[in-house]
Amino acid sequence: MKKTPEKLIDEKGNRLDGRGPTDLRPIKLEVGVLGNADGSAYIEQGKSKILAAVYGPREVHPKHLALPDRALLRCRYHMAPFSVEERKSPAPSRREVELSKVIREALEPSLFLEYYPRTSIDIFIEVLQADGGTRCAGIIVSSLALADAGIPMRELVAACAAGKVQGHLVLDLTDIEDKGGEADMPIAFMPTCNAITLLQMDGMLTNDEFEQTLNMALDGCRQISQLQKEALKAKYVAVKEAVEERIQ
Amino acid sequence: MMVERVKQKQIAQLISLGKRLDGRGPTDHREIQIEVGVVERAEGSARVRLGKTEVLVGIKLEIGEPYPDTPDKGVLTVNAELVPLASPTFEPGPPDENSIEIARVVDRGIRESNAINLEKLCIQPRKKVFVVFVDVYILNHDGNLIDASALAALSALLNTKMFNYEVKEGEIEVKPDYTPLPVTNFPIPVTFAKIDDKLIIDPWLEEEQVMDARLTMIVEKDGKICAVQKGGSGCFSVQEVLEITKMTQQKAKELRKIVVKEK
Repeated sequence: MKKTPEKLIDEKGNRLDGRGPTDLRPIKLEVGVLGNADGSAYIEQGKSKILAAVYGPREVHPKHLALPDRALLRCRYHMAPFSVEERKSPAPSRREVELSKVIREALEPSLFLEYYPRTSIDIFIEVLQADGGTRCAGIIVSSLALADAGIPMRELVAACAAGKVQGHLVLDLTDIEDKGGEADMPIAFMPTCNAITLLQMDGMLTNDEFEQTLNMALDGCRQISQLQKEALKAKYVAVKEAVEERIQ
Repeated sequence: MMVERVKQKQIAQLISLGKRLDGRGPTDHREIQIEVGVVERAEGSARVRLGKTEVLVGIKLEIGEPYPDTPDKGVLTVNAELVPLASPTFEPGPPDENSIEIARVVDRGIRESNAINLEKLCIQPRKKVFVVFVDVYILNHDGNLIDASALAALSALLNTKMFNYEVKEGEIEVKPDYTPLPVTNFPIPVTFAKIDDKLIIDPWLEEEQVMDARLTMIVEKDGKICAVQKGGSGCFSVQEVLEITKMTQQKAKELRKIVVKEK
């Protein structure tokens, strides 16, 4: 096991990876990365690498789960055994079951599920490498995969965590900052709808700190929302170029 | 499905008038009854009634091994069972996502507020520590299981006795007398539900069935927030979240007086 360095933030307020307190990690997004899925996307956020796929709307299995007035949204968040320092058993842990639930509930408000009664929409999230913030990255990438699958939505859901590390409020915590820090607050947010769809926190924050941390995370979500839109557009620019080339 | 729609309209209409089906105001809790020491075989226990919701928590202590990353601290494990006798919708079988969520939120409140002084539960660093098993048993489901479970868990911990021991030549000898479990903080949960853009506290079952979303905050004794969990398929605006943090502080103080009497 690696030892946690004692100082996660230096005198100037810089973090171990050189970021300032309100900087996001570099994010790479790609849409439409898998052949079989109806929609898919991939994210790299710092060292976290996550793949998401969407299947549906499709027939529900088992059938009795079908809902008469809307589509059934299902979500599986899963970590690959090799995604973390010590091998993780591939069987779903309690943490993964909880995260699957909160991620589903974070994405559900964005979708018009009532357009597809008696069907299911299934989201599969595979964490290939984890370095903190995987539930937020999972939401970012799933929302893109849902858009890629053509599921009607109000807005893309962005997500970002903020927290408190050794007395400093910081954005987008890495694994080491989360473990060595005092508080971690992941949120999911639709900026135009002003809707917080995921809000969790563990740690210790006063009311004022809570408000500041929340605002910091919301700002992070706004930045990420822009990146999501660009990534989604980028796929269609590429398709358009390919078509135009063929016509010429 | 139709029944829910009609009921939702009725409940929402009442709430917009500041009333609720069971006669409470929007920020009134149901009556809370706490009984401690209800299971003698357990080292600690409590039965909490929140209106008709009923939760039993039993605490067992065992001697076990510490986690390698915290070799000098005791271990805390929380588990929740949605017992089939508590509701027609609960089925026997392995824990589903709802019971896992309850257990993990209760765990977060206790752990993050450092409610139990885990350092005092160390017997021999790296080798032997006390393991605290908090088992949450839902006996009757009438809504707001998270608050009822967290309150019952705290009440049970406050009632828990730790057996004394002596270490003789590396062997642990259990003595017949007890000391109280070192509980040093009191995390209090407050859950709000949102129905048709109105916020209400402590939703009961019918309100839960029609709510858009819920938000639970757990507050420790100095007023710091130590755990937050949003649930349900709706959303909250930024203003609503900030409003809830303010109202939670007030409510947590009132509740803390009920649960932690003399302290």
